[in-house]
Amino acid sequence: MWQQIVHRAWLRLIERLDGPLLLITLAVMTTGLATVYSASYSADNRLLAQSLNMAIGLGVMWSVAQLPPQKLMHFGAPLYVVGVILLILVLLFGIRVNGATRWLSLGFTRIQPSELLKIAVPLMLAWYLHKHEAALKARHYLVACLLLLVPFLLIAKQPDLGTAILVGAAGCYVLFFAGLPWKVIVGLGCVAASAAPFAWTMLHDYQRKRILTMVDPTSDPLGAGYHIIQASIAIGSGGAFGKGWLGGTQTHLEFIPEPHTDFIFAVYAEERGLVGNVILLLLYLLLITRALMIAANASTLFARVMAGSIALSLFTYVFVNIGMVSGILPVVGVPLPFMSYGGTAVVTLSIAIGILMSIQTHRMLVGK
Amino acid sequence: MMPIGRSDAQPGRSAFRPVALVSKPPPRRSGLFSRASSLTVPNHEPDRFRFRIAVAGIAVALAFAVLIARLFHLQVVQHDYYTTRAEDNRISLVPIVPNRGVIVDRNGVILAHNYSAFTLEITPSKVADLDTTIDGLARLIEILPKDRKRFRRLLEESRNFESLPIRTRLSEEEVARFAANRYLFPGVEVKARLFRQYPQGEVAAHAIGYINRINKRDLEMIEESEQAANYKGTDHIGKTGIEQKYEFQLHGETGYEQVEIDAGGRAVRNLSRTAPVQGNNLTLTLDIKLQEMAEKAFGDRLGALVAIEPSTGGILALVSTPTFDPNLFIDGIRSDDWALLNNSPHKPLLNRALNGAYPPGSTFKPFMALAALESGKRTASQTISDPGFFNFGGHHFRDDKKGGHGLVDMHKSIVVSCDTYYYLLANDMGIDGIARFMGQLGFGQRTEIDIEGESEGVLPSPEWKKRRFKRPEQQKWFAGETISIGIGQGYNSYTPIQLAQATATLANNGVMFRPHLVKYITDSRSGEQTMIEPEPLRVLPWKRQHVEVIKRAMVGVNTQGTGARAFAGAGYSSAGKTGTSQVFSLKGTEYNASRLKRELRDHALFIAFAPVDEPKIALAVLVENGGFGAQSAAPIARMVFDYYLLGKRPKGAAEEDEVERDDMEGD
Repeated sequence: MWQQIVHRAWLRLIERLDGPLLLITLAVMTTGLATVYSASYSADNRLLAQSLNMAIGLGVMWSVAQLPPQKLMHFGAPLYVVGVILLILVLLFGIRVNGATRWLSLGFTRIQPSELLKIAVPLMLAWYLHKHEAALKARHYLVACLLLLVPFLLIAKQPDLGTAILVGAAGCYVLFFAGLPWKVIVGLGCVAASAAPFAWTMLHDYQRKRILTMVDPTSDPLGAGYHIIQASIAIGSGGAFGKGWLGGTQTHLEFIPEPHTDFIFAVYAEERGLVGNVILLLLYLLLITRALMIAANASTLFARVMAGSIALSLFTYVFVNIGMVSGILPVVGVPLPFMSYGGTAVVTLSIAIGILMSIQTHRMLVGK
Repeated sequence: MMPIGRSDAQPGRSAFRPVALVSKPPPRRSGLFSRASSLTVPNHEPDRFRFRIAVAGIAVALAFAVLIARLFHLQVVQHDYYTTRAEDNRISLVPIVPNRGVIVDRNGVILAHNYSAFTLEITPSKVADLDTTIDGLARLIEILPKDRKRFRRLLEESRNFESLPIRTRLSEEEVARFAANRYLFPGVEVKARLFRQYPQGEVAAHAIGYINRINKRDLEMIEESEQAANYKGTDHIGKTGIEQKYEFQLHGETGYEQVEIDAGGRAVRNLSRTAPVQGNNLTLTLDIKLQEMAEKAFGDRLGALVAIEPSTGGILALVSTPTFDPNLFIDGIRSDDWALLNNSPHKPLLNRALNGAYPPGSTFKPFMALAALESGKRTASQTISDPGFFNFGGHHFRDDKKGGHGLVDMHKSIVVSCDTYYYLLANDMGIDGIARFMGQLGFGQRTEIDIEGESEGVLPSPEWKKRRFKRPEQQKWFAGETISIGIGQGYNSYTPIQLAQATATLANNGVMFRPHLVKYITDSRSGEQTMIEPEPLRVLPWKRQHVEVIKRAMVGVNTQGTGARAFAGAGYSSAGKTGTSQVFSLKGTEYNASRLKRELRDHALFIAFAPVDEPKIALAVLVENGGFGAQSAAPIARMVFDYYLLGKRPKGAAEEDEVERDDMEGD
């Protein structure tokens, strides 16, 4: 009888989880923990803290997975409104750190509202488009675009290019999967391309410098180019098989800036080499593929576009981060999913995975 | 784990299952799917969606391929390059400066050596505000205005990124005090450094020279000599004297320590170490006790003395007075000290033995006489009648002695220093003959002694005059100009070392050596000794009996002639010749214009060697404005000979030194 109770409890526990997603996520998390350990054990060990972050993340993931998509979509509007209000408050009363105003003080702690928008914006857009699914017209797309543009600009203004890109991309993916006509997509692409020179003048000096530095890191070897050069040296010197776990000289002699956060891939690449990199990229590819499959199988528009947006957002995280660390994209603050140290990022990504699980498992219910 | 997969048992197939099939069945719980009716999508909608999923999938795959390609490029194609870069990052070669070679005199007395001391050094490139930093340091450690001044000067001369001393010779307590506060001073550190020290102080300063910090000109020299790698970490270099000439012998080979460093440049651990090789030690021909004694003999008079060992050319003493303390120069001379040395009218930094050129006066006569014998213009016994003057072309050349010396042969001409004899001789020999003979003896040429900065002097000849003067009327050689050449006046102008070399060559019967200060170099690794200049420069084919005539006459000078008073009662046989060179000569213009009476007096000269049969020492003495050579120069020679040959100290010298001297002679 006890056995039965335990068995039923176990079934209840795993009921809403997606096996492949969970397994892949756990694999990346394990890799991430090992790398965080390597990147930080000598000075300020973050292994325990990151383990705790991941435990919390898994808890959040499980919790989110319990909620059916129909309930999740109703979080969209309130979260969005709260998020945008908080962003406006940041604009007005935010704390300035290193030339950027991203934080809001609550007295006892400070929060970074832009992180909330990474989930709120796609939820909101997906919910909005889902609501008007029966007769999607140009104006609906236009409203969706405006809904996307407001938080995007607020975040870009802080400035926080990395988060702005992630929020903007998540919203765009929603529009894309919701069926924004190709003509419009191509048209917008052309507009964006022609607006690039104009955008260039809008960028902050440090952002422009980062882009220039990416094109030629040696132009500023001790300044902005330093990060890129040192990361490239770390990756390149890792070779095919790497220097071995804890064996990276670039990491342990502190040549890599931020080795446990945004540049953690340099640590991993130095110690695990090309073979390790291919394995890691395959894990991410599996994760994204699984997410796309969930999207393909989803039964409602909300579920489809939400899953699709999460899938491509995951891809954006990975591509922008590794592209930046390996020197083919400018330096922007985008973490590597489940690898980079940081509780906020882990929780945000866990929510995203939880949503995917919810979509997948509740679909099955519908299917029956 | 099996049950976990249960929720999606067939993921592969489900991907291709038409969504429409799944969404077709009506919802069970209408309450939960309140909007279920609106979810009934047209059939073509999921297809369009799946197409977009496929597009996204392909885009993702392509982007990942780009990443893999980039990583392949970095990790495989450019792997070697980045490995080198990583090693360069990680490994720093820290030079270990070798100990500079020690310089000792011929008896092993230390002339230059090293000691270790702590210095407080600032790397200006790492310090934001130098003044604030120095003020802060001054609160911990005594920093005098002169230290600041010196630091400023070093800063102006310094190479990039090098650390410069603000204080030298820190006490243990000061080191500890700084160590406790060093976190307050980034870019400031205490270093253990080797310092050069010259324990003899002023004695032989011109010969030994000194080291000082490397400047831009030195750097160029180092690079031209392809020594740049060996001078990494070295910040001092020989500037004058032996220290300069034998720089590369003394320096040694720089060692290296391979240190693993972190991004902040802090050493993490040592990887390997190549020990430095100490510089080679130099043993000089100099006898520092003799040198010291000779310098003292000058008192406060200006002048020069060069004593040579005739059988080797080794220099026993190289005096130039006044002298200076080379210890002042180490680590940058203080500006007030520099001003004192540089602006003194007595020019203590000038090495008169090598750079001062003076008419030789009558000390030239023995060489003239030898030239006469060798050229056949005179025999030893030929006599002239000296009326006290010589008329040539309407010009009246006077002898020192009114009324003349009467009948004068060669011997007498030297002993009494008869001018008329040499007026006639010079006229008979002609300027070309004189110049040829004297040139062979080294007059008017650098002796190539192993110290830099030697002057040539002037060996007058028609060719020289053509080179020297620009206007045609000045370029012509007049026969009348030859006459005063004969008594060592006129255009004649030689350095004391040239005179000493000629004297040594005469003493050595024509076997001529290059004068040198370093006797041998001891290789610091093998202990092997390399002799310097052991072979004669050339052997002049003089007839032995000719040389004997001259030597006998010079003995006569010291026994009954002009040197007799100075050498009365000497315990050895000696040969000499006094000389007086007129300040009112071509070269003397430096002194005649604005100086007081004393400076207008003639220079006193004396050349000598002893013992006569087997000369152990030959010398030339010059006392600026000393008047007659017999008065001021010859007594100095006597003191040097007494000391060198007999170990006798001049009056007032300490007894104990004599004992020491005896010990040395046993060597």
